[in-house]
Amino acid sequence: MLNSKLFLSDKIFKKDIEVKLMRDGFGLGLLEAGEKDPRIVVLSADLKESTKASYFAEKFPERFIEVGVAEQALVTIASGMANYGKIPFCTSYAIFSPGRNWEQIRTTIGIDSYPVKIIGAQSGLNIGHYGVTHQGLEDIALMTVIPNMNVVVPSDYLEAKKAILLMAEDNKPYYMRLPRIESPVYTTEKTPFKFGKANVLTESKNPEVTIVATGLMVYEALLAYKELEKNGIETIVVNMHTIKQIDEETIIRQAKLTGAVVTVEEHQVIGGLGSIVSSVLSNNFPVPMEILGVQDRFGQSGKPKELFEEYGLTKEDIIKAVKKVIARKNS
Amino acid sequence: MKTHTIDELQEVAKEVRRDVVKMILKAGAGHPAGSLGMVDVFVALYYAILRNDPKNPEWEDRDRLILSNGHICPARYAVMSHVGYFEHKNLLKLGSFKSILQGHPDKRFLSSLETTSGPLGSGLAQAAGIAYAARMDQKRFRTFVITSDGEHDEGNHWEAVAFVGKNNLSNLTMIVDRNNIQIDGFTEEVMPLEPLIDKYKAFHWAILEVDGHNIKEIVEACNKARAIYENPTVIIARTIPGKGVPFMEGNPNWHSKAPNSDEVREAIKDIRNMKGEIEDY
Repeated sequence: MLNSKLFLSDKIFKKDIEVKLMRDGFGLGLLEAGEKDPRIVVLSADLKESTKASYFAEKFPERFIEVGVAEQALVTIASGMANYGKIPFCTSYAIFSPGRNWEQIRTTIGIDSYPVKIIGAQSGLNIGHYGVTHQGLEDIALMTVIPNMNVVVPSDYLEAKKAILLMAEDNKPYYMRLPRIESPVYTTEKTPFKFGKANVLTESKNPEVTIVATGLMVYEALLAYKELEKNGIETIVVNMHTIKQIDEETIIRQAKLTGAVVTVEEHQVIGGLGSIVSSVLSNNFPVPMEILGVQDRFGQSGKPKELFEEYGLTKEDIIKAVKKVIARKNS
Repeated sequence: MKTHTIDELQEVAKEVRRDVVKMILKAGAGHPAGSLGMVDVFVALYYAILRNDPKNPEWEDRDRLILSNGHICPARYAVMSHVGYFEHKNLLKLGSFKSILQGHPDKRFLSSLETTSGPLGSGLAQAAGIAYAARMDQKRFRTFVITSDGEHDEGNHWEAVAFVGKNNLSNLTMIVDRNNIQIDGFTEEVMPLEPLIDKYKAFHWAILEVDGHNIKEIVEACNKARAIYENPTVIIARTIPGKGVPFMEGNPNWHSKAPNSDEVREAIKDIRNMKGEIEDY
């Protein structure tokens, strides 16, 4: 059953659950953060409409800085502004920022831990039509590897909004990835959200597997949970919205509770959520694991649904992985 | 800080050159040519241009000095010790374990550095961010940034040149160390930069040129830049890499090679013999 302490949406498994853009949550959260703190500035690399930085730009034109299609300048100018005392948000697509400007982020933001917030929109396979060149599937790896960097992957509109308000108040560098498509708003305003504290979405008396998911894959994992429940297999679904600093305590507790873990992410399996969870468990409490994600491949054009099927990121794939890991656990 | 005559500053520059050569010998690694070539610029900046206070390095209205080409930090470190940011004895610990003077500038170890730097092409953009933010808040301080000529190969640098030009950041002054060398050889052979002045003109910058070993000219150009309100200013400082040590001067082989102790003896002798006047070249 659902964890009642998280106040999840009543419509969580209904057909008419509201769907919204996480990018809108980001854009509106940024507007609210900007109203609270005049030190916040927003930089755009020629993508203000699609990243939804436009809401801030319209309200605070004097604090909105257009740098053109120049992602290296985007983060290095932001580094200078943070060095002075501003709180810059850098907006672009994940594939370009942090894809194109990684060393600049490492050197001019990471080392001295400046409070620059890097927003990588249009991440993942879900951008569909635009194809391989624009599908950021490596950004979590690129950002988690930098010391001092914090990495956040919200799983719905409201989480994206809450995340922005929290990172605006934290004097540290952050990376947040956002997908392109709309997704079900399965949390509510009352759902707690704290960086580094994973949300355990479901409870069970006799759970056999823990599914740890991030981003759009969290709702897919909930659908898998529901169907497995009908077939008498009880699982726990964890929303790992903070990839760094990762919630080791919850991961270890879950491994002890269920003895088997499936991870799901819309990212390369090398250097992503699955890699990080498996390293936590290897160091503390190894259990059988199945890691779902993009298996060291490049993406391509297609509808999000077609791509999730092709790359093994559907509810059915999660169910298969759960059954497989149970068999491994019991063998 | 008390005012110094140009003669006095030239004497300081000689001291600094001796320090730089000894530092790089002791460290066994470093970039002697670029460091020696920029000694006069650093002396001019710290003694006669920057409004700052070595005893209060975090003073919020201080002029900022960003060093983009961090590899010439021995010259900056030596001048900083002379004006009192830290004790002179630290210089011989350049690049050693736990030293405040890391091999490339590291703000975590020496907070009076404005930035951690070394990877080329990013310093102007960082300076632009500081200058833009300062202008938003009507701050009066000036942001200076030193860049090398070789780092003009970097895309990041030109992105920032366009940004600074677009926004007319007249509170920013860049000094380009035009020493004509980079690691693989002469700049005009590795990747031609000329016509450099025309390039900056095209991006709406004001341009000044100085002899990078004439302290008086450097000071005058920086003061002139303070009075230019319409544009950002680039000061192209024509320097001789290895200046003061004839066997290093103008020779790309000394870009990133430490001298041995015999070579240092010769270098120190040469520096002592420097007449303190600026020769034409």
